[in-house]
Amino acid sequence: MEPLDDPNDSNDPNDPNDPNELNEASKLYKTAIEADIKPVVELKNVDLVYVTDREVLLALTGMNLNVHSGELVSLVGPSGCGKTTLLSLIAGLMFPSRGEVLVHSHKVNGPSPEVGYMLQQDYLFPWRTILSNATLGLELTKRLNNDSREMVIELLEGMGLGNTTELYPHQLSGGMRQRVALVRTLATNPDLLLLDEPFSALDYQTKLQLEDLVVDTLRQRGKTGILVTHDLSEAIAVSDRVIVLAAKPGKVRTIYDIPDNIRLAQPFYAREESGFNELFHEIWRDLETLDGRGE
Amino acid sequence: MEGGSEPLTGGKNMDAEWINEKWREHTKNKKVSSRLVWSTQLAILIACIVLWELAGRLRWVDVLIFSYPSKIGRQIVNDALNGELWPHLAMTVGETVVGFLLGTLVGTLLAVLIWWSPFLSKVLDPYMVVFNSMPKVALGPIFIVLFGAGFTAIVITTLSITVIVTTLVVFNSFNEVDRNYIKVIRTFGGNRRDIFLKAIFPASFPTIVSTLKVNVGMAWVGVIVGEFLVAKIGLGYLIVYGFQVFNFTLVLSSLVIIAIVATAMYQLVVYIERKLIRER
Repeated sequence: MEPLDDPNDSNDPNDPNDPNELNEASKLYKTAIEADIKPVVELKNVDLVYVTDREVLLALTGMNLNVHSGELVSLVGPSGCGKTTLLSLIAGLMFPSRGEVLVHSHKVNGPSPEVGYMLQQDYLFPWRTILSNATLGLELTKRLNNDSREMVIELLEGMGLGNTTELYPHQLSGGMRQRVALVRTLATNPDLLLLDEPFSALDYQTKLQLEDLVVDTLRQRGKTGILVTHDLSEAIAVSDRVIVLAAKPGKVRTIYDIPDNIRLAQPFYAREESGFNELFHEIWRDLETLDGRGE
Repeated sequence: MEGGSEPLTGGKNMDAEWINEKWREHTKNKKVSSRLVWSTQLAILIACIVLWELAGRLRWVDVLIFSYPSKIGRQIVNDALNGELWPHLAMTVGETVVGFLLGTLVGTLLAVLIWWSPFLSKVLDPYMVVFNSMPKVALGPIFIVLFGAGFTAIVITTLSITVIVTTLVVFNSFNEVDRNYIKVIRTFGGNRRDIFLKAIFPASFPTIVSTLKVNVGMAWVGVIVGEFLVAKIGLGYLIVYGFQVFNFTLVLSSLVIIAIVATAMYQLVVYIERKLIRER
């Protein structure tokens, strides 16, 4: 993703990796851990090794991460830093080679209805109507009945999709389809949402609208969210914390706490808040040094 | 081709007459061009029949071998009227329908089985390759010995032609289903059965239906060859019988009937295919 402004235009004289600043950030993070008794997601010394016929690849190493209830955390980093792998671990689609992944203090041993997953594209099933796409999760978890179907219809109506229930996915625009995918994810009522670049396939305008919708929805329902994104300004605008990952092997490099004025604003307006550009450039430089290091 | 006299979008919000005129012009051009194709096709058919008729009647070719259209037509009408044709036709059509439906069904089930068990898929792979490469009709005599000279042996010959190809095509389409649909099912905690029933099968359904179309043609090969070998009844038998008594009018009239019935069957499957997957 390109920066909105040229990073060289910034006349911020500070060193991007100013030690005081980093200490402050990690101190804030520590108090958050102490205040919260049980994080929703805990990764403890997670290593993940991919084994193929040709090679063994260390995808993630020494990964420690806590995500607290109601928090929205973004993961950014160069490709190959294991962002999607990390989500798969939390979703229970993959298991760590070493270390532990806990959700609600329970070791993850498979997909669970508490965790919702949203993919890069909508992946609505073309042979199902919108309503039956949205109720897929309920169907699979054997919770589909008249009440839950009614609830899904209300969810669809709440997102302006009330008159599409009997249509097929190809009859809807990309933004509408991604909203249906959001309803499909929310229908099983997960309290943790894993968002794997859900806005990346959309045009810019739709993407901004959907960011607002997703953030509003998560906040109103008190859900916890982990967002993987390539778009740094999106990461800053929507989340409470931005976690920069280093690649090859993937590990946490820096954690940025987003100031209140930015994180509490709607994503669309957050981009205009004071301090947004400075933070953007700071993280941008962090990412650039990462790119310089990679082969 | 779309029917109706009003363009789909233009009619409502664009009332400028010249826009509608554009559309009418387009429809007219299309009609003219399709009529031209159709009439040329008809002309070729009529020319061939007339030429054949003349060649036969004027003795340009040996009538004993090549016969001619009016003679073939008379043969067909006579056989149809005195009822001799129908048992043969019914038998052959029956064998073909059973052969291609069963072939598609068994082939698909086998594909499901090897999709379910990757181990089995790896184990069976070389056997399938060998069986797929060999000319299956060569097994005809063995089937006759095993199943007797009749309906069963002919259907089995047909199956030997259709099953493995169906399995390979359908299994391939199972594997080509976008992994992300599977991921969607898995994130909701779906098991392998859910993955198959809710993602793999519906996504591959069009492929399965279209193998039905291919299998119609292959079933005809199996049935006719089978009838050549054993039958006392059927269109394939009529061809062999006509050949043995040197009645090539009978051979050619059987071929004409096969052409008509096979085309009708194919069109029926195309129609069913369109009905089944219309909403996609």
